[in-house]
Parts: sequence; structure tokens; C-alpha cells
Amino acid sequence: MKRKLITLANSLAVFAALLALWQLVLWVFRVPPFMLPSPWAVTRAVGRRLPSLETAFAITGEEALGGLLASIVAGVAIALIFAQSRWIRRMLYPYTLLLQTVPIVAIAPLILMWVGAGTASVTLIAFIISLAPIIANTTQGLVSVEENMVHLFLMHNASPAQLLFKLRLPHAVPSLFVGIRIASGIAVIGAITGELYAGSSRVGEGGLGYSILYASSQLQTDYLFALVLAATVLGFSFFFLVMFFEWYFLHRWHESARTPEVE
Amino acid sequence: MKRDGTVPEVEFDGVTKRYGNGHPVLEAVNLTILKGEFVSIIGPSGCGKSTVLKLISGLTMPSEGTVRVDGMTPKNARETVSYIFQDATLLPWRTVRQNVALALELEGASSHRREEKTGALLNLVGLDAVADAYPRELSGGMKMRVSIARALATNPRLLLMDEPFAALDEMSRDRLNEEVLRLRAEQKWTAVFVTHSVAEAVFLSTRIVVMSPNPGRLYSVLSVELRQPRTAELRTATEYEELVGHVSRTLREARSQ
Repeated sequence: MKRKLITLANSLAVFAALLALWQLVLWVFRVPPFMLPSPWAVTRAVGRRLPSLETAFAITGEEALGGLLASIVAGVAIALIFAQSRWIRRMLYPYTLLLQTVPIVAIAPLILMWVGAGTASVTLIAFIISLAPIIANTTQGLVSVEENMVHLFLMHNASPAQLLFKLRLPHAVPSLFVGIRIASGIAVIGAITGELYAGSSRVGEGGLGYSILYASSQLQTDYLFALVLAATVLGFSFFFLVMFFEWYFLHRWHESARTPEVE
Repeated sequence: MKRDGTVPEVEFDGVTKRYGNGHPVLEAVNLTILKGEFVSIIGPSGCGKSTVLKLISGLTMPSEGTVRVDGMTPKNARETVSYIFQDATLLPWRTVRQNVALALELEGASSHRREEKTGALLNLVGLDAVADAYPRELSGGMKMRVSIARALATNPRLLLMDEPFAALDEMSRDRLNEEVLRLRAEQKWTAVFVTHSVAEAVFLSTRIVVMSPNPGRLYSVLSVELRQPRTAELRTATEYEELVGHVSRTLREARSQ
């Protein structure tokens, strides 16, 4: 407990030092506020624009969450197909690599063209970008079951359904969570990037990415900083949400989840 | 039934096993294991000991010859056979109780029967206190007890054991050896037991099959006629020590073949 308090005090001290440095730079170099607002100006912007920040946060949060959930459902389904045979994996796996390597900014205009501006496009972009890690990790979990475990099930005349639901799927859950953890981070990034292109069907109202674009075009740098802050908070919320579920489902039996620690 | 009134549980008739198209791992094996026997298979590594168990369980098929279990093909006989692996192969997401119930669950036993049987077995192997613990909380010896309880849950007539105690320290191994004999005396199953340990083989078995490597062949089959019931004191008896010496010598000869 005492050690935790010391850790907390240390990180707060680092935070305060960074703020002080920031303020110092402003004074020494006489930076104009539209280039770099002061910490205090950013805090005021947060207070003043709280309702619109909340709206932008909620919109992006929904898009990222929608994309992530869809990629979990689709990713597990695809992984189940991949787990059927080595042959299928060899044939289809390169395409998931494609999914991972194609730059999202390159296909965003296409999606925008096909689906139209707004939430649907952005959710789709978040979905596409977070799909690959779910497929890869879940497939890994499904096929890495020990041979003797499979033999044990066969010895007791287990059906293919029993092998899947009582052995392969539960065995894949820790790997699935590794995938979700990676995907949750990039789903948020994907949603914000998506909004830069497909921001909003209404002018002046949209998610964090859209608002960042809007604020920068208006030189509202203090609000821009507030939006970046909100984006960081959103990323952290996703991370901790996934950590919580991982802990909830795994802490009783899995080694990795015994002490949830953020390294 | 054979003419002399004995009933074969396992029969190997001219069994050869090759993996791929390479050299045989097992060649021309003829072996009959009778109901109620405890047969240990011992031999240097690479002599196909584990392959013998895989053949009996139908997890692999012979390249030549036939294997019969209780007069049936190994796959059809699986209902009455249980397999205990070298690692305990417990499902880490299930508690001890749920792990013991696994085999019954797979065979579709009613939940009432599962609970009843599981409770009785946990009691039998002395795991009542940790019934609701997860495998990661158990010692190696306790994990193996769970594995044994799970194997016995389906009332097998034939138990296949593939070096089940190899990873344990000597004290746990000795205690589990005694436990196995006690369980067998109560439940009368037939056992085929693969091991590296001569002492363990002599202590447990009614017969010991010594195998020679490259390719795996039966080198010698030795009867173990030691007093029953066998208890921990047997380990210090001269007749036991003489037998261990005899089997060790045979094993050495088999290796230099």
C-alpha cells in the first residue's frame, strides 16, 4: 500500500514537472497561444467546451467499440474456420496479412465513397483495422492445444462439437484476449483516423478526429489540445476495460492474469 | 476365452508399426495380456514403448498385423479403456472436481451420476480438500492424482499408463505406486504401464515386458512373483532387490542388442 502511494506520488511529480517545463518553454521562447496554449488555457478550454468534448468522445467511443465488437465476433468466426485445417490456413492466411499491412489511410477514401460519410464508415474502418490481431491470436490459441489433450478427448469418444467447445475454445480464450488487447488500441486509432476522412454527415458536429480537424482549421489550439487529451482518455478507457474483462475471465485459472499489472 | 481358461484383454498379432515410410518403430510384436494382469513395458528410449499404448488405444493404427482389445478393434473398445498420460493433462480452466467429471461428461452421464461418482473418487484418491481448487494451485503429485481419478471415473476395465510418474520426485512416486496397487486391488482393472524405472516396474507388475530398440522388439517377458498384497515394506525385501537386479541386467542386454 505504502509502495503504491510512493509510485503514485512519483508519477504525479513527473506530471507536475512536465507541466512546469511546458509553461517554462512558453515564457522563455514567447510562443504565441495559437501555436502552443498554456496548460491553464487547455484546462479552461476543457471546462468551457465540456459538452462538445463529451459528444465527440461518445461518438468516437461508440464507433471504436462497435468496430471492436464486430471484429471480435467476425475474428473468432474466421479463426474457427482457420482452425479446421492447415490447408485452409495456408490458403487464406496471406489475406489477413494484407488486412494488417494495407494502410488504412489509403483505403479510407474508398470506404467513404462506398458507404458514405458518417458513423457507419468510421465503424467499418475501426472494424477492418482491428480484425487481423483477433484472427491471428485466436487461431493460434485454437490450434496450439497439446496433442495429449486431444488424445484424452478422443479416448472418451468426444464428438467434434465437444472437442471444440470443451477444449479448443476455452484453450483459446487467453490468446483471444491478447488479440483484443492489441485490437482495442488500434480500434480507437482507426476510429479517429477514419473521422479525419469520413468525419461527419453534419457540419461542426462529429467525433474526436473530426473535431480535431475542425479545431485546427479554426486555429483553436487550446480546444485542439483538449481533444487530444480526450482521445488519450478514450484510449486508456478501452485498455482498462479490456484489462478488466481479461482479469474477470482468467484470474481464477490463468497464470498471466493473476496479477494485473500495467508495464 | 482361451483353452486354459484365461481371458485375453489385449492381443498383438504380428504387429509392425512404421511412421511415414521410414524404419519400423515396432516390429513383429506378438503379445497377449490377460484380464487382471498388471503388465509393465520397459526399455531404452526409442524402443516403441509409447507406440504400444497408442496402438492399444487406437490413437494410431498398425502398419501390419492386428491389435485386439477385449476381442474388438481398439477404437470400438475405447468405452472400457482409460489413458493416463505422462503430464497430468488437466484442463486448467476447470476445478479439480470438474476435471474429474470430464470423462463422464464427454460420455454423456447424467449430472446426478457425475456428482456422485466424482465425489466418491475424490474421496478415494484423497483430494476432498482441494476439490474446488484449480490445477495451477496443485503440486505435481496431486495433479497426477486428479488425472488418475479422472481415468477411473468411467469404470475402465483396462488402464493404459504412459510414464505417469516420471516427472515426480521419488517420494511422491513411491506413494502413488502404493496408491495404484490399492486402487487396483479394489477395482480389479487390467493395466499396461510404460515406465523407465525398473524398481517401479517390479513393484507394480505381475509381468514385465522388456523391449529392445531399433526397431522396437519384445526382448524378454518376465513374470514377477512377489507376495501379495504388496506394501511399502516390499521395497526392502531381498527377493524384491534380486528381481530388480535381474530386470536391470536383462534391460542392459536388451540395450546392447
